[in-house]
Amino acid sequence: MRWGELIRRLVLVPPTLFGVAVIVFVLLRVVPGDPIAMMIPPGASEADIGRLRALYGLDQPILQQFATWLGQVASGDFGRSISVRQRVLELLLARLPATIELALLATMIAVVLGVVAALAGILLRGRRAEWIVDGGIGMLLAIPDFLWALILLLLFGVLIPLLPISGRIDPEIDLNLRSNFYLIESVLAGRFDIAFALLHHMILPAVALALPFAALVARLLKASLAEAEDQDYAQIARARGYSRPNILLHEVFPNALIPTVALGGVQVTLLLGGTVLVERIFSYEGIGNMAIDAVINRDFPLIQGLVLTFAVLFIALNLVVDLVVTMLDPRLRYG
Amino acid sequence: MADIAVTSIATPPSRLLAGLKRGGPRLWLGAALVALLVLAAIFAPLLAPHDPLEQDLMSAQLPPAWMTGGEPAYLLGTDSLGRCVLSRLIYSARTAVMVALIAATLAAAIGVALGLLAGSFGGWVDQFISRLIDVWMAFPPVLLSIVLAAVIGAGLTSVIAAIVVVDWTRFARVIRAETMVQLTRDYAAAARVIGLSRVKLLRLEILPNLVPLLVTLLAVEMGIAILVEVILSFVGISVAGDTPTWGSMIAEGRQIVYQAPWIMALPIVCIITSVIGLNLFGDGLRHALDPVQRS
Repeated sequence: MRWGELIRRLVLVPPTLFGVAVIVFVLLRVVPGDPIAMMIPPGASEADIGRLRALYGLDQPILQQFATWLGQVASGDFGRSISVRQRVLELLLARLPATIELALLATMIAVVLGVVAALAGILLRGRRAEWIVDGGIGMLLAIPDFLWALILLLLFGVLIPLLPISGRIDPEIDLNLRSNFYLIESVLAGRFDIAFALLHHMILPAVALALPFAALVARLLKASLAEAEDQDYAQIARARGYSRPNILLHEVFPNALIPTVALGGVQVTLLLGGTVLVERIFSYEGIGNMAIDAVINRDFPLIQGLVLTFAVLFIALNLVVDLVVTMLDPRLRYG
Repeated sequence: MADIAVTSIATPPSRLLAGLKRGGPRLWLGAALVALLVLAAIFAPLLAPHDPLEQDLMSAQLPPAWMTGGEPAYLLGTDSLGRCVLSRLIYSARTAVMVALIAATLAAAIGVALGLLAGSFGGWVDQFISRLIDVWMAFPPVLLSIVLAAVIGAGLTSVIAAIVVVDWTRFARVIRAETMVQLTRDYAAAARVIGLSRVKLLRLEILPNLVPLLVTLLAVEMGIAILVEVILSFVGISVAGDTPTWGSMIAEGRQIVYQAPWIMALPIVCIITSVIGLNLFGDGLRHALDPVQRS
């Protein structure tokens, strides 16, 4: 991607977000389902219900509601959650770091696993054992993250009870941290006891999220490595007497990385989307878990805020990936 | 030219056989697993040893028959209400198969129609459909289907609608790109030269060449549809409460996972078998149908 293309993509961000906002907003209001009905105590009077509707602005025409909400969002105000009765922005800011930390940890695990598997596969290229690597990769790809979450929960939480299966950290631990980025802050502050306790809880959900993505990285990287290794420059280096591992690591790997990042990077969004269920399965307090509660409670302002947050994350991720590819690939940098 | 003529005469009688051979063990294993799933769904009342809703609180949370404390009457044990796990697993296949068939077919129909439109017309039609796909893809698919299913309300129709509305893009994107590729081929140009209209060109020439791709996509989509149904019923917004589904069994099993892990483990095994079966089947069919691999 060239710089001009990048600018074009940036210009398209606001309309895409606007489209997402319109779809969510209309979707939630056109179809039946009443959040007020969920929060009133039995026997509330008509007047009380009316007052509640007016409080949340639900008595106005849809267009009016949308204009009001859009104006508020533009000034950083996402409204008040109906079910939790807190400001949506506060809820998002409190929970988002948990999800970001989980997704980052999962991505790191996936990249390490994927690169190791791809290198192992390429070293075994042409031998019998290659199909073991390929078969393993195919198996990991066919099973989605939430099933891995359930399998890991059963294996390492129940059958061999090594790890905890719910929450972000043990409630009795005194955190006393300034931000909600518990893991990052505790590592930076050198409080490794807390970091270890956090990792203890995060490792199962993170691995569940990482496995299908690792398989994807491995498959893409292995194919790119195979292709790059057959190029003339690699053959020449081989003829000059460099060892195969040496060539793979220093000559072939940097070139194989570009298509892998380009194709695989976009799939990080899938990993991010996977947090919704994996957080639910492990009762992890991130925005994914909150999203399911919000939907079940028909908490319109919270759902809107959450979907918009996810959309922003998705779009941002896509842009970052394009940026990284542009920086990695000299042909695109000067193109 | 003579060579081509000879091979094309020689192929027809063995084409089906050659195709089946090309599919290889993937095709056979996949077909067997898919057949198992479909048969379980169709003959559920005959296969299930118990009524899936029948409660027997006296024998709740029994382990599978081969474990200590298990009873031969309940081969795979019972859940916390004393319902037969095996029967519930078999009846759950019905929901899974229904959702897979209907949702995948509808998503394919919409996606193929829009993909063909975008790929063949180009211009503003392509721009419009492509932008629509972009906006769609900015949603996390899982979250979107949960939101959809929740707002439409419980029931099989809403699950299917949620899957179709979310997943038509999978077909539209691929079909659009492939249509564009096929239209640049010589045979498409030749068809245009002999005066086929755009509709006829798409129907008679392009669409048949998309079939191998479409079959694979369809099989994969059926697997995805089964998974989405599992997700929705796990979250508790799928079909009505008393219909057994793999997802709701997992959700119930999660509550008592330390006491009765098999309640959660067994539906997971069913889901994985079905999804892998569908993937293998689709993959095998693609190899069997793909004209490029016909030699």
